[in-house]
Amino acid sequence: MTATTLAAYSVAAIYSAIVVYVFAFIAFALDLSKRSAIAQAAQVSTGSTAAASAGSTVVLEKTTTAAPSVRGRSSRYQRTAYALVIVGWVVHLTALVLRGLAAGRVPWADLYEFAMTGTAIMIGVFIFIQLWRDVKFLGAYITGIVVLLLGLASVNFYVAVGPLNPALQSYWLVIHVFVATLGTGFFAIGGGLSIAQLLQARREAGGLKRVPLLATFPSSEVLENIAYRVIVIGFAFWTFTLMAGAIWAERAWGRYWGWDTKEVWTFIIWVTFAGYIHARATRGWRGSRSAWLAIIGFTAVMFNFTVVNLFFKGLHAYTGLPVG
Amino acid sequence: MASRTRSDSGSSNVDAESADGTSLRSDPLRPSDHIDSVEQPVDESIAQPKLGPLGYVRFFWRQLTSMRTALVLLLLLAVGAVPGSLVPQRSSDPNGVIQYQQQNPDTFKVLDALGLFSTFTSPWFSAIYLLLFVSLVGCIIPRLKHHLDALRAKPPKTPARLERLVGFTSTTTTTDAAAAIDDARSLLRRQGYRVARYDTAGRGTLGAGASLSVSAERGYLRETGNLIFHIALVGMLLTVGIFGSFGYTGQRILVQNEAFTNALTDYDSYNPGRFADENSLEPFQLRLDTFVPKYLFQDGVWEPENFDANLSTRVPGGSWTKQTLKVNSPLAIGDTQVYLLGNGFAPVVTVRDPSGKEVFSGAVPFISQDANLTSSGVIKVPDGLSKQVAFQGFFCPTPVATSASCTSLSPYLTDPSKAVLQLSVFTGNLGLDRGVAVNAYSLNEDGLTKIAGFKTPVAGLQLTKGQRVDLPNKLGSIEFTGIQRFVSVDIHHDPTPAFALLFAMLILGGLLLSLFVPRRRVWIKALPGVDGGLTRVEYAGLARGEDPTLERAVAELAARHGQYLDGLPPESADSDPDDHARAERRITT
Ligand code: HEM
Repeated sequence: MTATTLAAYSVAAIYSAIVVYVFAFIAFALDLSKRSAIAQAAQVSTGSTAAASAGSTVVLEKTTTAAPSVRGRSSRYQRTAYALVIVGWVVHLTALVLRGLAAGRVPWADLYEFAMTGTAIMIGVFIFIQLWRDVKFLGAYITGIVVLLLGLASVNFYVAVGPLNPALQSYWLVIHVFVATLGTGFFAIGGGLSIAQLLQARREAGGLKRVPLLATFPSSEVLENIAYRVIVIGFAFWTFTLMAGAIWAERAWGRYWGWDTKEVWTFIIWVTFAGYIHARATRGWRGSRSAWLAIIGFTAVMFNFTVVNLFFKGLHAYTGLPVG
Repeated sequence: MASRTRSDSGSSNVDAESADGTSLRSDPLRPSDHIDSVEQPVDESIAQPKLGPLGYVRFFWRQLTSMRTALVLLLLLAVGAVPGSLVPQRSSDPNGVIQYQQQNPDTFKVLDALGLFSTFTSPWFSAIYLLLFVSLVGCIIPRLKHHLDALRAKPPKTPARLERLVGFTSTTTTTDAAAAIDDARSLLRRQGYRVARYDTAGRGTLGAGASLSVSAERGYLRETGNLIFHIALVGMLLTVGIFGSFGYTGQRILVQNEAFTNALTDYDSYNPGRFADENSLEPFQLRLDTFVPKYLFQDGVWEPENFDANLSTRVPGGSWTKQTLKVNSPLAIGDTQVYLLGNGFAPVVTVRDPSGKEVFSGAVPFISQDANLTSSGVIKVPDGLSKQVAFQGFFCPTPVATSASCTSLSPYLTDPSKAVLQLSVFTGNLGLDRGVAVNAYSLNEDGLTKIAGFKTPVAGLQLTKGQRVDLPNKLGSIEFTGIQRFVSVDIHHDPTPAFALLFAMLILGGLLLSLFVPRRRVWIKALPGVDGGLTRVEYAGLARGEDPTLERAVAELAARHGQYLDGLPPESADSDPDDHARAERRITT
């Protein structure tokens, strides 16, 4: 097969993956709406117990944890959605491999490829985390982001397989970009968990009565703990990214740090998450405030990935898109 | 916040006891507003009037070294860096700054006054990070002292009741208590715990109520890692901020076959660090022999694939040696590095006066304007003609045949005889003898008269290789005699990378230790059976900081220890399905 055919198959695979992810998204959304219904029903039946024991936090928590019909068991929609995610992921990985074969190098050297690899890693991290903790309730969020990014990238930023820009010809590229996308995957999940945590905290404080599905989510404290562990892994990867980037910059441009636009944003993101970690350890900041920092941090990651890549001028101009 | 404690560091937890009744003496020291430190009631009415000058100093120091201040400064640092990406920076994009100034002179003044064009060296940005690092040092020192003590301290006493702790498990065995505890002790030792034996006598020797126990603690590396991380941050700042000032960078365009000597006068631009000594440059030499670019044609555009600059280098007293310089692989000459930045064509021209005498001859680098190396440049002839003359224009290696303006079709010099040089001609004062540094690659048109080219009655000059044309106003002639390649190189002397790398590795290593090493305490207690009854053995743990796997670790420990014991296998005393959720809550409290 020629490189062009391989590349064409890769594109076909990406579009297929997008379609599968869209179905997964729909199934996850159906699952959430079904949870709403169940939770509403459960609220009606347990309402009296909760009210009776409202005096003690411990007992209150007990009521929320001891509602196995509400929490824990996954619905048929969710199982279908998750199976679709796995199918979509396999197709997605196939697209990556084909693109790599077509180009004869790693498939992360222009913006289209960054998006393609980055989203594959996000889904990969999402699947990987299930081995440890069930966070399938984030499925709609993750597949939503991935469909959006992949769709945008395929429609607007597609470029044919090209040679590697000489400045990118380094194994540091392979490492640096790969680890950066790994970190992004963890931050994405962490961001989602933090959003869920904020909503849940609001519900626990007596708000958000209209969003009963939150009753089927873990408590805000549990969400916060999972988010923290996920983000901390992302932070370790991001720290490594920063360093690998500096080593690469040293080799390519003769200085390891020059406050180039992309370097500035990598730094901002790093400091923001360092702030998040500190916030978790600071009295008065643990909880919702630190969750906001996690969300801001992930927003900065997305901003860096999209807006900074596209519109900011700097040495890291590797979108592969025609200049001018 | 203003808790009154004996310790200057603001810590209040040194002698406190945790909710579990265990001593916190061996816990890492934390600022008083740290989530793990015990909140102390503030008695403002007593504290306030007594604050003398020293009291105020202490108060501010405690504020500065608190978690909250560190957090706020970190967030300020992040926010403060944002402008550095929004407007061009003098350090990374000096031309962008000039362009900005020309396009928005009014906003430029405001932003420049705020220091936004050199954000990262501006006073306010410096203030943020200096405060942060003062806070950091103030935070580290007491913690370091405390941790060194903790490293030598014994694990804390076994709590009287283990039932309330994480992963509590108990079992009964016929093994006698002393033997069980001896086994427990060596098992824990082997697992890397630091152990201490605590026994309480009951009524009589090993009577009812007596207990034997080992208290074990591990994960001191967590705090060690955290300290290494924060200390290495300080090291990094010092390396970059102070040590880095001994270096210099310089740029130079190397035209084929012209030797460059590493001396101040030979640079196109030279940027010394604050403490750099310009007399100590090592006078090595560089020469470009050939330049071999490779491009790939794709989607209607040429994309660079590879650049090889074949150089000869010579160190003082040595002979010329051949070396290849590529984009990602700098040449190291001693502890100075040479990097390949850009490349282009340098048309060779000869200018003669009306009598035919050569007044200028040489290769003039033209800077590429697009991916196909349509290049622009300036030729300055200050002496020899009746007036000072400058040429400004374009060079096209492979010009579009039909176009009147010069646009290149390909970055290759496909057919040298077709390459085109298009020039406008200026006369007047070139400003070269004013002693002010002048950019060799651009022309300041102030004080110059354009005598040929766009917007003048006289057409611009158009030359192909080998052609010679007369200049307007009988000034003389210009001949386009040849084409050379050039590369631009960045020359760096920086003493810091090795140190920066060292600190970077310490930062990363310290971080990994401090985030992922669990710090935990476990206890194994044996309660002798009364009157020859069975011995009861209890296991429990306590997390210090985030420790999601503690519960499992205690269970494994119990299982392991069970292998030494005679009798029943250990059974979980707590097999509630909601175990996990409860443990989760305990870990975080
Ligand atoms: C240069 C700025 C700083 C950065 C980038 C930074 C970053 C970090 C990071 C990434 C962690 C988590 C990893 C670990 O535990 O080692 C951490 C933890 C910590 N930092 Fe900093 N830090 C900075 C300044 C400070 C300052 C000024 C203080 C003193 C107030 C401080 C006190 C702490 C403490 C006590 C912890 C442990 C938190 C815990 O118990 O979980 N840090 N820091």
